[in-house]
Amino acid sequence: MEIEDHLLYTKEHEWVNIDGDEATVGISDYAQESLGDITFVELPAAGDDVEQFGELASVESVKAASDIFSPMSGQILEVNEDLNDDPGIINKSPYEKGWIVRLSLSDIEEKNNLMTAEEYERFLESTG
Amino acid sequence: MTSNAPLKRTALYQDHIVHHAKMVPFGGWDMPLQYSGILDEHAHTRAAVTIFDISHMGEFIIHGDPVKSGLDRIVTQTLTDLPVKSCRYGAMLNEDGGVLDDLIVFRMQEDKWFLVVNAATTAKDADHIRTHLRSAEDFEDVSAQIGKVDIQGPHSRDVMQQFVGDIGRLDYYTFDFFPLLGENVLISRTGYTGELGYEIFYPWDKTTYLWNALLEAREVKPAGLGARDLLRLEVGYSLYGHELSEDVSALECGLSRFIDFEKEFIGKDSLMKKQEHPLSGHIIGLVSTSRRSPRAGHRIYTAAGKVVGTVTSGAYSPQLKKGIGLARVEGVELHKDDLIRFGSEKQQEEAAVSSKIFYRNGSVKS
Repeated sequence: MEIEDHLLYTKEHEWVNIDGDEATVGISDYAQESLGDITFVELPAAGDDVEQFGELASVESVKAASDIFSPMSGQILEVNEDLNDDPGIINKSPYEKGWIVRLSLSDIEEKNNLMTAEEYERFLESTG
Repeated sequence: MTSNAPLKRTALYQDHIVHHAKMVPFGGWDMPLQYSGILDEHAHTRAAVTIFDISHMGEFIIHGDPVKSGLDRIVTQTLTDLPVKSCRYGAMLNEDGGVLDDLIVFRMQEDKWFLVVNAATTAKDADHIRTHLRSAEDFEDVSAQIGKVDIQGPHSRDVMQQFVGDIGRLDYYTFDFFPLLGENVLISRTGYTGELGYEIFYPWDKTTYLWNALLEAREVKPAGLGARDLLRLEVGYSLYGHELSEDVSALECGLSRFIDFEKEFIGKDSLMKKQEHPLSGHIIGLVSTSRRSPRAGHRIYTAAGKVVGTVTSGAYSPQLKKGIGLARVEGVELHKDDLIRFGSEKQQEEAAVSSKIFYRNGSVKS
């Protein structure tokens, strides 16, 4: 199970990479592993507003469907269109090529509600 | 099945761990869901050959003439004309015609029968059979002594020939005893994938030798219950606890063609009263027209928005590259290609009614 040091994480297993007042969002290695082979990602539209921990996208795997929640509030700048053709990119590269959206952040302080890599690792251990 | 009892392990548990299987509870057992991934294992079964640990399933032996012993009344399929060394699919029903289990009956000898039943229902089935046999002494539960490995895929015969020279003589739904790695074992030409394949009934504590010997053969990969479920759904086979249930009559579960109404069997009277008509409950196939897949538990809606049923199984079909599902509907007459909707009050997706057999190009009868 890989956890990238420089990212922040949610309890729903999303990650966010904050760069100034913008951020990239995806799901963790743990999340992709639990979901299994991803077959479809429903992406939001660029320009949509999202709230912290509000619904952002949804993914379907062979086994099940589940929602993805936004780690931070903001406006969607860009979605990863490559996921339309090959949603399995998330399984192969959850932290890089499998990014889901880029956000323009509305409240940087919200990052205090997220876990560091170290905290996320402990969270994963505690939830078994 | 909700129970706090510890999960049971097959004799291959350690082998699954070595192969990095993701283990899940299934019918009271700790079973491999997947090894390399469901899509990969599915593709390999359709194109080449995989093996499955199915040791969790139950096996019974019943002695005697089937009519005199009472076995004939316990199962829905015809037994009296079944040739020795052939097998037949059917079900056991309760008095209300609900499905206690689906099962395959093997005729080992004129008066010796072998039954293969589901894992979660093994204990319940054993009780039911003992209760309804004329003499409980005719019954043996051999589940704990028999491991089971299924080898499935268009290349499964080529692999089996390396171990059993004359395996080629087995026709579909027949079986025989063959020497295999020093044991004389029952091998049947049956399966749950829609591909050519065999089920090998092997001594429980030696299953690991068989498993590892098969894995050494060229092309053979292990596959888990995730791939197995997807493979069976693509060919429209029923799964106990999904399409089949104690609370739903065998007719409404889609089992009509596996019931012999010429003979007497438990549940027959109830079924006779439930004449089938186009509006009675039945199983349909559906193919999603969006990129979302139906999932077990989703509601089925008509185009006009009326709830008419529930999805019993659903998944993304790699073969069709679309979501597919089976659903039980009632009070509505639907035809192939009719548009319906699946999902919840909140979110629904469109699907077309289809045949229950979504994939027809399997190697099962080749």
